[in-house]
Amino acid sequence: MQQTRSVEVGTGLFALLGISALFFLTTQTTGGDRFSADDTYEVEAWFDNVGSLKSRAPVAMSGVTIGRVTSVTFDAQRLQAKVVFEIDSKYGAIPDDSDASILTSGLLGSQYIGLQAGGSEDNLENGSEIFFVQDAIVLENLIGKFLVSSGSGDDE
Amino acid sequence: MTSVLRDIYNNVFEFVRTFGAFQLFFLRLVRHSPRMLLRRPGLVIKQVYNTGALSLVIIMVCGFFVGGVLALQGYANLARFNAEDSVGTVVALALIKELGPVITALLFAGRAGTALSSEIGLMKATDQLSAMEMMAVNPVRRVLVPRFVGGVISMPLLVAVFTCIGLFGADVVAVYLLSVDVGAFWQQMQLSVDIKDIQEGIFKSIVFGIVASLLAVWEGYNAIPTAEGVGRATTRTVVITAIAVLILDFMITAVML
Repeated sequence: MQQTRSVEVGTGLFALLGISALFFLTTQTTGGDRFSADDTYEVEAWFDNVGSLKSRAPVAMSGVTIGRVTSVTFDAQRLQAKVVFEIDSKYGAIPDDSDASILTSGLLGSQYIGLQAGGSEDNLENGSEIFFVQDAIVLENLIGKFLVSSGSGDDE
Repeated sequence: MTSVLRDIYNNVFEFVRTFGAFQLFFLRLVRHSPRMLLRRPGLVIKQVYNTGALSLVIIMVCGFFVGGVLALQGYANLARFNAEDSVGTVVALALIKELGPVITALLFAGRAGTALSSEIGLMKATDQLSAMEMMAVNPVRRVLVPRFVGGVISMPLLVAVFTCIGLFGADVVAVYLLSVDVGAFWQQMQLSVDIKDIQEGIFKSIVFGIVASLLAVWEGYNAIPTAEGVGRATTRTVVITAIAVLILDFMITAVML
């Protein structure tokens, strides 16, 4: 009897340890950019180039995550990329002339959407579109421009 | 010439037969598993203790050092690109997706699988299984099923413990020995590890748990009932489990990527 008890205690401890390890893995190693809100509204924006922006990427304002990208698709008619993202309804008072730019966190980090507040009286609401956008910066284009401009400088 | 062909035919035939018998054996175990789990949970708990709780020491020690060496190697190579902060990402992804399940399965085969197959083989060699049948006790249900179910339950828990201790070991090496910033270490990890990666690891650990326990029980049950036969069955358990786990790992990764 005493032996079965110790077996049961050992098994119980083992199971608890295993389950708490699983819990640790699922909660502590993931979700650095986790965003969850019960109530959100969707906003869309059109970009010429989204770089490597993916769905689930964070949407930040002043560096604070207030939403996330729900879809990135290419529209064959407008020949532009359509990015739809949702914003927590808590932040309902964002001017509708705010601008959205695709930024990179850190030098080699993942890309996210940064919002910068505008001055309009009207606010963004479900389904509205952001007109002021800034594309992702592509390093090759940047270097190309730099080379062209420095080349033309020599001619003068 | 004909005798050579006949040999080949016999070998292929024997292989197919064994493979079929193996699958039928698996189905038999699965069929009995829910009833055993409900009717005789005590037997299963005993086996979870034997295969899981008693394997904890080796799993934890190995996990710590595997995590530590990953951090060392990752740091040494990432430092060339000035990306030392990503060492957390590298270690976490490697441990969660690959090394956690695989190394735990190999250690499990060595620590628990051999114990299972030699125990069952010895029971067979000393006619204990026949004696059970004489008493109208089904040895598959009474002896094999609890060991199989116990192994299947233990394995995911062992993998989780291994991975956690590995991360802890990596943290110790990276933060305390190599002075990587602790915030960068964990934040980079959290940014790049997705819940899908953890699901992949858990899925692998369940598959490996089934494979490792099944092979151990199968080898023990089919051991030649002599001292030599039991020894050979024990060796075969480790060899076949290692091969099966590594091949399956490749296939699962290829499908899930």
